[in-house]
Amino acid sequence: MDLQTLTYIVVGATFALYIGIAFWARAGSTKDFYVAGGGIHPVQNGMATAADWMSAASFISMAGLIALSYGGYGGSVFLMGWTGGYVILAMLLAPYLRKYGKFTVPEFIGDRFYSKSARGVAVICLIICSVTYVIGQMKGVGVAFSRFLEVDYDTGLYVGMTIVFFYAVLGGMKGITYTQIAQYCVLILAYTIPAIFISLQLTGNPLPQLGLGSTLVGTDVYLLDKLDMVVTDLGFKEYTTNVRLSTVNMFAYTLSLMIGTAGLPHVIIRFFTVPKVKDARSSAGWALVFIAILYTTAPAVAGMARLNLMQTIEPEPGNYLAYDERPNWFKNWEKTGLLQFEDKNGDGLIQYSANPETNEMVKIDNDIMVLANPEIAKLPNWVIALVAAGGLAAALSTAAGLLLAIASAISHDLMKGIFTPDIPEKTELMASRIAMAGAIAVAGYLGLNPPGFAAGTVALAFGLAASSIFPALMMGIFSKGVTKEGAIAGMVSGIGVTLFYVFQHKGIMFIPGTAFLGDTPANWFMGIEPNAFGCVGAVVNFAVAFAVSKVTAAPPEHIRELVEHVRIPVGSGEATGH
Amino acid sequence: MSPLNEQQAQEYWRRNLSLMVKLLAIWFVVSYGFGILLVDVLNQIQIGGYKLGFWFAQQGSIYVFVVLIFYYARKMAALDREFGVEEE
Repeated sequence: MDLQTLTYIVVGATFALYIGIAFWARAGSTKDFYVAGGGIHPVQNGMATAADWMSAASFISMAGLIALSYGGYGGSVFLMGWTGGYVILAMLLAPYLRKYGKFTVPEFIGDRFYSKSARGVAVICLIICSVTYVIGQMKGVGVAFSRFLEVDYDTGLYVGMTIVFFYAVLGGMKGITYTQIAQYCVLILAYTIPAIFISLQLTGNPLPQLGLGSTLVGTDVYLLDKLDMVVTDLGFKEYTTNVRLSTVNMFAYTLSLMIGTAGLPHVIIRFFTVPKVKDARSSAGWALVFIAILYTTAPAVAGMARLNLMQTIEPEPGNYLAYDERPNWFKNWEKTGLLQFEDKNGDGLIQYSANPETNEMVKIDNDIMVLANPEIAKLPNWVIALVAAGGLAAALSTAAGLLLAIASAISHDLMKGIFTPDIPEKTELMASRIAMAGAIAVAGYLGLNPPGFAAGTVALAFGLAASSIFPALMMGIFSKGVTKEGAIAGMVSGIGVTLFYVFQHKGIMFIPGTAFLGDTPANWFMGIEPNAFGCVGAVVNFAVAFAVSKVTAAPPEHIRELVEHVRIPVGSGEATGH
Repeated sequence: MSPLNEQQAQEYWRRNLSLMVKLLAIWFVVSYGFGILLVDVLNQIQIGGYKLGFWFAQQGSIYVFVVLIFYYARKMAALDREFGVEEE
């Protein structure tokens, strides 16, 4: 059977599974729709959280980001940043927010800071973070379709939207939870199988995590030493010690991604679906176990795929591959534009180097490190088909989680909470379905017509969540003294400073030419690049909130009780709030 | 209201915070410490093909994070029982 047909069958089968789950797990109440009925087992929730969390960027792009753009060690910011956030989430946020027992993140902020305005500001922050994030997922769906199934980007996007529409509108959080569990299984198999084979081929060790630290087959040279040697020969910085810009920048980048992870609403609300406070704690651990399987494999894929690529192009030092003798996978990915060769000196050989003047591999897209892996390792076609299904599962599961966060903020926080508090549950459920359909339409539109800033959106979403929602939640739980004025001023200034910093270096709304400070290290505050700035925004948020709280009237007495109440797993039941 | 009197509630919270501070100190040391600030020093040590600092940054810190969360969950479950505030 040819690859195309096989890919259609595998992807079609996974889609049929998702739709089947959608019919089986329909939502019958707002509790089903917002928190999947509240009875999800912590291990299941951990698995769903892992799929919710690992986006198209984690699946398709991260290994390449580490191996190519961030040149090895520098890519550690993603590995530590996107996992360490779960420690913060498990200790500082999830159990207390679960105890509070409400449906959305802005609802807690509104109640704790006794203010509909605070809730409204939180909704705006949530929508800004989630919409910037969802554009990237929609693009991921379109790209995966166009690369693997040779349908055009737009058609791929429509198919993806239809699938999400089915299970997200019908099932809400309940449908999303069970499809995410299925999607996790698909994506983790698709990621680890090629990695195991590549590790076996290069090192003889089936575990990529150990393979990366092993010697190459038939030699006593360590893989990483070889990689360091090969890249430095061509003028690149040493793979295992290549710092991303500066130590301060790496520190800030990692911190921003960690607290951004903990502050992203679509991740937090997953912990509202488990039955108990202690489940929320252990479920964060399970989520990280399932995430770690991919995140400890990714650096191995990065190192091994980079070595494979380098050795294909330059089999012996100074002995370059002739362009006419390039392997099949090279030709295939040239067609998609992910690889591009330009014979600058006209000798018919592929000279690859760090020097932009003489480098002839003018384009090596980050995504190639994962997408071309099965072909480089000469794996059977069904593995390639599985990688296609895995990429789609990663993009769809994250998109659905984000869309739910957006839809519930609109129907539960804006309508039920602020503008039309008297609507009955049935109406709210209908409203939440309509909000979900609307959110899918908007996300689809933005995916079809990506605004100029779409390229940097995922990293930006973390900075925004880190600087707005995370500090507000933390202060809400750990301080009894922060006032509504303090919280609102903190969120506005935190997200404001972060956006301002990004805009001044990247352009206002990312429109080229509107940046009033060049995007170079000399112009950066302490050498911190815009993507890493969320943690500074968070510090501003905390500082402003505490300063304003000092000079405004203390919170009313029932807020002290509310804070006491969220800190203890069992208590006066569900009576606070409304 | 709460099954704990004010003093017990304060004690429960203090014990939670002290556990949290200890675990977050480890969280900080393995990632920001070993993985970033001290990476050059640790890279002098080699385990198999891995330089130790590089290993913490790309592997070790993640394993430690997982252990930290489960340890916290277990310790807190015990604390909940001790204070009689666990859910049925």
